[in-house]
Amino acid sequence: MSIRVENISKRFGQFQALQPLTLEIPDGELVGLLGPSGSGKTTLLRIIAGLETADTGRILFHGQDVTNVHVRDRRVGFVFQHYALFRHMTVAQNVAFGLEVLPKAERPSAPEIHKRVANLLDMVQLGHLAKRFPSQLSGGQKQRVALARALAMQPQVLLLDEPFGALDAKVRKDLRRWLRSLHDELHFTSVFVTHDQEEALELSDKVVVMSAGKIEQVDSPQELYSRPESRFVFDFLGHINVLDAQVKGSRLQQGAAWVELPKAVTVPMAQLYLRPHEVHLQQTPVAHANLPLTINAVSLIGAEVRLELQPDGWQADEPWEIGISHAQYNAWQPMRGDRCYAVPDIGHLFMQGVTEPETLTWASTLIQDPNFPKRSAHLAEVS
Amino acid sequence: MSLAIASSLPQSPGKRVLPGFALSMGISLLFISLVLLLPITGLVVQTAGMTWQEYWFVVSDPRVVASYKVTLWAAFIASLFNGVVGLLLAWVLVRYEFPGKRIVDALMDLPFALPTAVAGITLSALFAQNGWYGSMLASIGVEVAYTPLGIIVAMSFTSLPFVVRTVQPVLEDLAPEDEEAGITMGGTDLTVFRRIIFPSLWPALLTGIALSFTRSLGEFGAIIFIAGNMPYISEVTSLMIFVRLQEYDYAGASAIASVVLMASLVLLFLINIWQAHYLRRIHGR
Repeated sequence: MSIRVENISKRFGQFQALQPLTLEIPDGELVGLLGPSGSGKTTLLRIIAGLETADTGRILFHGQDVTNVHVRDRRVGFVFQHYALFRHMTVAQNVAFGLEVLPKAERPSAPEIHKRVANLLDMVQLGHLAKRFPSQLSGGQKQRVALARALAMQPQVLLLDEPFGALDAKVRKDLRRWLRSLHDELHFTSVFVTHDQEEALELSDKVVVMSAGKIEQVDSPQELYSRPESRFVFDFLGHINVLDAQVKGSRLQQGAAWVELPKAVTVPMAQLYLRPHEVHLQQTPVAHANLPLTINAVSLIGAEVRLELQPDGWQADEPWEIGISHAQYNAWQPMRGDRCYAVPDIGHLFMQGVTEPETLTWASTLIQDPNFPKRSAHLAEVS
Repeated sequence: MSLAIASSLPQSPGKRVLPGFALSMGISLLFISLVLLLPITGLVVQTAGMTWQEYWFVVSDPRVVASYKVTLWAAFIASLFNGVVGLLLAWVLVRYEFPGKRIVDALMDLPFALPTAVAGITLSALFAQNGWYGSMLASIGVEVAYTPLGIIVAMSFTSLPFVVRTVQPVLEDLAPEDEEAGITMGGTDLTVFRRIIFPSLWPALLTGIALSFTRSLGEFGAIIFIAGNMPYISEVTSLMIFVRLQEYDYAGASAIASVVLMASLVLLFLINIWQAHYLRRIHGR
């Protein structure tokens, strides 16, 4: 079932939770509402569910206006962040609730309900816990019960409010994968709220980035990552290294740092955004950039080694972060206090007064130095 | 190296991290002994002078037995009534915003604050044949003052706050998500109340009703003014105790009091056991 949000706005007292916004969610898609807390994403989800009424605008399900349809008649599945399981009922009773409260004419017979509950619990791999009470389950199990309960009515729309927010990282990852496969299997339309960009990018067909009650960008994860339309989206999708500089012709300058742009720019001030993987480090500056940095911290967690770097002779609001491969790390052996130079390969230039960035590439340096180990050997000698 | 540091630190002899256990526990036990246990012991000692036959004779006196029946029935009906009305009042106070809410909330405690004798006199004035309520009720043929009905009115008045004040905090702590979950699954308001809200409130409500019941069993001041105190019809047990005291029959008074005490204790124990069982299921302990 497709969902259309039309000109929806919402105000809580003095606080404008949602500016009038419009959003189209096609049938069968898994859409993530991504934003920081207070961005209005949960309010939007609750308005779609009917748990909150909008001040203006309409909600359409499959082209049909449901704005004034009560929650209980909208037949959406809703999953709460803190599970909202009924504590005094067993797991099976929880899942059966939606079926048992159906009007008599639609209600399946007791054995039929029993069978469907058993099937649902098998689907969430909790068949063996049917007689337990929620307090005897772990967080991940509780959330799976909550999902089974929401799916018992076979809703065509599944809404999830920070469904994995209260779970630990490992369980979160498992559940995420599991939800994706469930979605692909059952083909309902899902909307989920999250403040975790990784979760949104991994799980969704489409991500809706929100801030301060507005939609910043709606795109597929790939598009969103490769073409963020605003500073906000950029900042929100992971760490960004920023050079805030004055423009002199085609050169960005701030203190000891400068970058030669591929072409001249007319504005007086600009910000160069560099993602951690779009920059590399070397021991000497290159012809198009001089960005001296001092290593602040080296962390070896994950697939790559992350270096935290402090600008040397210039300023940045936040320290820079650049990832290097383990191979590179082993060859170079960088230490806290070492000096090095950042070389931008791809950058995103935000010019004063323009919201959308301009993407720049420095073609000459894109090809990685084939003599890299040699260079790092040299580095090791120096240090 | 860390070991060296640890050994140079002052060693604490106890195992408890939170301080004050011995002192606070000691004071609590002393208080319980002086204020609760000692008077109860006194009660038992008073009756100790009696033989079982004498004891049985006093507590099974037909007039006293009639007072047990009146008291139990009246307390039962009054506490049930309070269960319904108290739940409603707590519900309104927690769930809705209205002007004067704080005043109404404060008024809930009035029956506790008012001397029970004052309450009794006020109630009997209101419910007497020529009183405001009494004259209206008389026109439809209902007599409250000087009948067992009056006892019920007095009992429910003085013990209403027990229900309101036990249900209120539980209602406040109820997660709105539970209700919302019930509604999204298609439950009607009544279903959601009956199957989701009420089971959560039930232990607190039952405690409130039980407290209200036991309080009513011992109520004296408010009742004697409105009850009429007709032997076998509208005499409550606490009045029987009072009558014995006036006759300087301390042992007899204590004997009857011990029956009331026993009934209250048994009831409270039963409620506590049941509640612990129910809550264990909910909290998984």
